[in-house]
Amino acid sequence: MAREMMYGDAIAAAIIEEMQRDPNIIFYGQNMAMTERDPMLRKFGKERVRIAPISETAEIGIGIGAAMTGLRPIVELWMSEFMLVAFDQVINEAPRLRYMSGGQVSVPVVLKAGYGFCAGWAGQHSNCIYHTMMGIPGLKVVVPSTPADAKGLMAAAIRDDNPVVYLHPYMLTLDKGEVPDGEYVVPIGVADIKRAGTDVTIVAVGWMVKKALAAAERLAAENISAEVVDPRTLAPLDVTTIVNSVKKTGRVVLVDQAPRQSSAAAVIAGEIAEHAVGDLHALKMVTALDTSIPYSEPLENFVVPNEDKIVEAVKSVLTQEVIAV
Amino acid sequence: MSRNTPKKAARRSQTGTDQLQWIYTQMVRIREFEEAVKRTFIEHPGVIRGHSHLGDGAEASIVGALSTRHDTDIVMPSYRCHGYPIVLGTPLRKMMAEVLGRKDGLCRGFGGSMHLADPSRYFPGTSGIIGQSIAHATGAALTAQVKHSGQIVYCFFGDGASKQGAFFESLNMAAVWKLPIVYVLENNQYQAYTHFSLEDANAVAGDPLSKKAEAFSIPGASVDGTDPVAVGKVVAKAADRARAGKGPSLVETKFYRLSAHGNVITVPPLPTQFPEHEAVAVYGNRREFEHWKAKDPVRRFRARLLKNRVLTEASAKRIEAAARAEVEDAVQFALASPLPAPEEALQYVYA
Repeated sequence: MAREMMYGDAIAAAIIEEMQRDPNIIFYGQNMAMTERDPMLRKFGKERVRIAPISETAEIGIGIGAAMTGLRPIVELWMSEFMLVAFDQVINEAPRLRYMSGGQVSVPVVLKAGYGFCAGWAGQHSNCIYHTMMGIPGLKVVVPSTPADAKGLMAAAIRDDNPVVYLHPYMLTLDKGEVPDGEYVVPIGVADIKRAGTDVTIVAVGWMVKKALAAAERLAAENISAEVVDPRTLAPLDVTTIVNSVKKTGRVVLVDQAPRQSSAAAVIAGEIAEHAVGDLHALKMVTALDTSIPYSEPLENFVVPNEDKIVEAVKSVLTQEVIAV
Repeated sequence: MSRNTPKKAARRSQTGTDQLQWIYTQMVRIREFEEAVKRTFIEHPGVIRGHSHLGDGAEASIVGALSTRHDTDIVMPSYRCHGYPIVLGTPLRKMMAEVLGRKDGLCRGFGGSMHLADPSRYFPGTSGIIGQSIAHATGAALTAQVKHSGQIVYCFFGDGASKQGAFFESLNMAAVWKLPIVYVLENNQYQAYTHFSLEDANAVAGDPLSKKAEAFSIPGASVDGTDPVAVGKVVAKAADRARAGKGPSLVETKFYRLSAHGNVITVPPLPTQFPEHEAVAVYGNRREFEHWKAKDPVRRFRARLLKNRVLTEASAKRIEAAARAEVEDAVQFALASPLPAPEEALQYVYA
């Protein structure tokens, strides 16, 4: 059974269902559960659902310490940039402690944050910072692009014995989609082919999956068959699914809301270059421009990838001459 | 090796003969271990890599505080971490093998001196980044509270760490949530290389560092950190408060680090060993160093126990000889232990 659900509600459904399943899961963050009317608080009580002060280092660090000693905390961080205040805990504590202990401890903590809020939030609240985290062994990074994936990856993140950064694109919060009822777990580290195609592969991340699917629809009207691959997990990355698609189509467009320099697209491009070199005819990256996100709407629109840019990139890789190796 | 095993019941009496002998024994074991690490830099150059930080001078603080510990209470120190697991009963062989990066090390050679961990003995691990483990310890206290386990957490950190944001954020949250934790601020007077009077607002104002507790409206106390019995008395109050569900306390134990911050930072193949203490090497203040060396907590406690007839010269020597033999055995074990196979590096990245 499935029902139509908004992306944001799908995340909440996963958290509630997992908390009902496992009493070791706790959930806290700033400006949540502030009154006794809060539905999570009413369901799970004050010990498991807590309000935290504006103290990201302690919020995340406490989550790590609680995870090391037997709980499974979910830390609500709201906006991914707020993690930057506490980046030692994210980058240099959570993923290191298991390794340094020679596998004696594990750190099953979920760091939940929205990102890429392109609605006039300007330079400090609209960015994509996953590239800073996807190169940290020990840390998992998931970026669901549909309500169903939002639910399934949250369940997987909570059940995972490693620290997982769960990044949800703010721009998808109100999007609706079919979400399976009851227990639904999307495995971490497995990409998903969101649309099958034969002429070109589009690999897109997060909000960009929606734009890539819309672009693919437009291209279909011009008899261009685009395959849309959604990595869903940026670390560890499912290179096999991406490379297999590129080997099939020979041409790839990488769409990423992050700036080009050291984006997820750039990392994926490197994997494709190494693993699909004999079959690859053309590759293009459609990323945000290398700026901060500007406030005013036309400026913001100019910087961030959109359907037109994706369509244009697809056409350009399709017309590009095959390079003789 | 009963002396390695924490007693089953709480050590409530700070003054019983058994208790005082136990405290002295643990202090001596810590001192012998740290001296052996220091000697190994000279006797076996190159076998200890990176940066090691010793707890000589901290023995009274460590053992005094942990003398109030119940069997399953959690201990979370900083990267200057050798002393604590020694008291918890972690085998010295495994500890020394870890310091030497060997396969038989406590963490199989993945952590080294700064990152000892023995979760089976309620010591989940450490952070090498100053102050950050204060938040982890606070999280361990959250686990104890949510699970109603009856455990409390002993969180140890240095004076330098008490200037980190993690300190202020963690103590605030622990006070708001009334978490069962005792924060032991070990004021060894030097933050790495800088004297605390140059960087601490309370010190500049002539106040004890425990005054920071007032900011969180929790109890704060400062105690002579060279006297394990005095430390035990003050920490016992804080521990009682934590056990009673009344929340955290801050205890400043003031003593003097007797070794330099760490071995000299060198680039291989230049050898490294422990330099002179910062008081001498950086500040040219040998008088300060000699003043505190005369207050060596191990020597002072020994003299006191002899005077009070808790120990005789012969029984003290037996304790010292046993500790020396135990540590020497650990060094030989570590030197003989194989290095890990290179490809083992791929283990433990993910659970």
